[in-house]
Amino acid sequence: MLFKLSIQNIKKSIKDYAIYFFTLILGVAIFYVFNSIETQSAMLAVSSDTREIIQLLTTTLSGVSVFIVFVLGFLVIYASRFLMKRRNKEFGLYLVLGMGKRKVSLILFFETLLIGIISLVVGLVIGVAASQLTSVFVAKMFEADMTKYQFIFSEDACIKTVLYFAIIYLIVILFNTFSINKCKLIDLFQGGKKSESVKVKNAWVCIIVFVIAISLLGTAYYNVTSGYEAIQEMNQVLWYIAMGCIGTFLIFWSLSGLLLKVVSSMKGIYYKGLNSFTFRQLSSRVNTNVFSMTIICLMLFITICVLGSGLTVRNSMVANLNELAPADIEISQTMNVDESNGYTKKQLENKGKPILEFFQDLGIDLKSYFKEYVQFYIYTTPDCTMKDTLGSALEEVTKQFIFLQYDTPEEIIKLSDYNNLAKLYGKETFSLKENEYIMIADFDSMVTVRNYGLEAGEKISLFGHDLKPKYKECKDGFIEMSGGHLNVGVIIVPDAIIDDSYKNSEFVIANYNTGSKDKIAEIEEKIESIQKFKKEYVLPTINTRTNIAESSIGLGAIISFIGLYIGLIFLISGASILALKELSESADNLERFRMLRKLGVDEKQMNRALFRQTSFFFIFPLTLAIIHSIFGMKFSRKILDMLGSEMMIPSIIMTSVILFVIYGGYFVITYFSGRSMIKE
Amino acid sequence: MENILKIDQIEKYYGSKVNLTKAIDDISFQVDEGEFVAIMGASGSGKTTLLNCISTIDKVTTGHIYVSGEDITKLKGNALNKFRREKLGFIFQDFNLLDTMTAYENIALALSIQNVPAAKIDSKVKKVAKELDIESVLQKYPYQMSGGQKQRVASARAIITDPKLILADEPTGALDSKAAKLLLERFAYLNKNLKATILMVTHDSFTASYAQRIIFIKDGRIFHELHRGQDKRKDFFDKIIDVVTLLGGDLNDAL
Repeated sequence: MLFKLSIQNIKKSIKDYAIYFFTLILGVAIFYVFNSIETQSAMLAVSSDTREIIQLLTTTLSGVSVFIVFVLGFLVIYASRFLMKRRNKEFGLYLVLGMGKRKVSLILFFETLLIGIISLVVGLVIGVAASQLTSVFVAKMFEADMTKYQFIFSEDACIKTVLYFAIIYLIVILFNTFSINKCKLIDLFQGGKKSESVKVKNAWVCIIVFVIAISLLGTAYYNVTSGYEAIQEMNQVLWYIAMGCIGTFLIFWSLSGLLLKVVSSMKGIYYKGLNSFTFRQLSSRVNTNVFSMTIICLMLFITICVLGSGLTVRNSMVANLNELAPADIEISQTMNVDESNGYTKKQLENKGKPILEFFQDLGIDLKSYFKEYVQFYIYTTPDCTMKDTLGSALEEVTKQFIFLQYDTPEEIIKLSDYNNLAKLYGKETFSLKENEYIMIADFDSMVTVRNYGLEAGEKISLFGHDLKPKYKECKDGFIEMSGGHLNVGVIIVPDAIIDDSYKNSEFVIANYNTGSKDKIAEIEEKIESIQKFKKEYVLPTINTRTNIAESSIGLGAIISFIGLYIGLIFLISGASILALKELSESADNLERFRMLRKLGVDEKQMNRALFRQTSFFFIFPLTLAIIHSIFGMKFSRKILDMLGSEMMIPSIIMTSVILFVIYGGYFVITYFSGRSMIKE
Repeated sequence: MENILKIDQIEKYYGSKVNLTKAIDDISFQVDEGEFVAIMGASGSGKTTLLNCISTIDKVTTGHIYVSGEDITKLKGNALNKFRREKLGFIFQDFNLLDTMTAYENIALALSIQNVPAAKIDSKVKKVAKELDIESVLQKYPYQMSGGQKQRVASARAIITDPKLILADEPTGALDSKAAKLLLERFAYLNKNLKATILMVTHDSFTASYAQRIIFIKDGRIFHELHRGQDKRKDFFDKIIDVVTLLGGDLNDAL
């Protein structure tokens, strides 16, 4: 009997529950998709390194999932409480008819159970369907070929989803029972009746607050973009974030008053058709929801930034690979190792043996694999540190960059060696007079630091020679291959001045004499095989383009996936809260629209008024979030500079599509539920 | 005098064949231009159904209703809405003002949905506000006004469009006696000076005594009709009480 009542209740209030269902189903589906990535990737043909990265990815994602469950949990509880409020009268009626609170709780329990089961099943079905598509995406992320397509169903992810959502529903049930037990009958009956008192804000106060808000936001925007160089510590960033949040709040606080003032002074527009009604509706809506609109705006902002930047990182990492790892392999060893580095006497016996000879001794003829190679040394001396190269500019620089280490010795390379390397890398070569040096770097903020010293024409003293900078700025370049722009500075000097006893490390950088993937894998396996001698010798470090590619693709993919995951959840949270807020006043709305109908307003006109009201309500936070994001992404782009962020456009398009589909979906559902609610 | 409203043998049934309720059972009457007519009856007598049918909120089962010669029972969809916003003015028991808008905007809304240019709206609102003595509350919101003020604002909204017919459904139902008296005096003034045609539904004898003609309804049929003629309001009130007494227990709540 009670169960039947529950079913009928759900059927009856399906309109109210549309948003709730939509959110639950999306939540379940997204949760499943991200937790099933391991299974999705299982059928990909990838190397063992990539497999490890996928392992790392799944571990990270399941960690993030816990956080996501909390967010979803709060969202579901919020939404269910909202629905409870709408039905206060109904519960009041049950109680008046003599039904015990326990029975009412039981009705609610069945309802939640039913909704939970339906949404779980539908969500899982959609999730499983979606994961077939996302596995293509996963394959693309890891640049792997899908060997063969097969239907994927992740049992683990399914169990996990069911378990986590069961916990959420359980908490919802507890909450509902608790609030039913606590409530008073009179409150239940009067829940729907609240005469709205319109708080009118003084227009001038609104204007002043609006100006303050704009200037707060302007300052924050300026400081994280153009004024970026001046940021030294995290605290400042937090400070600007706080300014942004307060600014956002004040914008929404003053917006309705301001807008009303402006629009109502344009009498031609204001007193046309239902415009005055729509504007009043909207302004009261914005007015009563200042806080939630702020939260939603900030959530959308995070979503856009995280989606945009996350996807950008991955794209640009791959795009940068050819530029940053222009050779096939780089083998290096440090010359000055001793027992303090944790090596045994036996291992140190061979110390300093040139790399090629070392391999030769182990029976590997490196040269036979190489089409071309360069071999060279990097020199360092305690007499030449960053302090020395900065010279008189040091004071200025320390003021701005307090975290820098100034006493690490500078890396030095011979001009002829560098030019050979540059030819191999396909980069610019240089020439030098005997009293000149050149600084190369590509780490953005270090380039800035370096330029201070170079601009001052600071002379350095090396091995008894005085050298002055040939150029007033850093030249672009690097020695070691890596996944990002990480060269903090290398000094190129004329060959003649080098003192060979200051060797710091040896490098062999080469291209293979083959281009075929299989052959390269064969060669690399052979070279890596020296790992088995790691007990006997100090082994050189081997860095191949394949490694760099895999790790940067992996890192990029991890960042992208987490970004997508968090971004999507934040998006559905923000949008669903907004939708619930908009619908929460539908009872009042019904009354108002009924009145308009009596006054003889056309159905079409009313729908248009509702459409405008709903769309503006959705557009306000989104617009502000987009403006925030333009600056936020500029900032994050600077932060992520070392990873490179050249490929913004595809990510922005992708982010827009996601926003359009999900946010737009919520808007459409809200509008249509609202419309059906005002229908007689 | 022109015939504003002509009700021609209307009937309204509810329910199925097995269990038929005749809410209106063959009612016919006419209202001329400039008349102030009250319809009286107990709860369930069919007076609200009658009003709903006239205001096109409900549809009659049989019969015809003519407003200025036009058969409104034949109207459909947007033509109905157009008829409602151009020919009728509504006044409700619970005021039905939009709580998010000021009194001024509430009154102006009736004009703006008829696409009256904004330039003309202002002078019209001020004029009608003066007639109903609500100039001082124009910039206030409904929650800041008393019941009487709200009902006068609602009345202003009803008459500002110069409707052919003003329909008032228990206009004094939610007012105290003083506010009710003030409102009814305004109705009388509008009727007399502006030639407004008013059809008012009420079960309150005092309220009805302000009208010139009263139609009594019982069980969906016209039971009696009273004309005020040259009577003083007080005498007319006594006559009403007589009829109410005659109606017996059915209209006891009218006292």
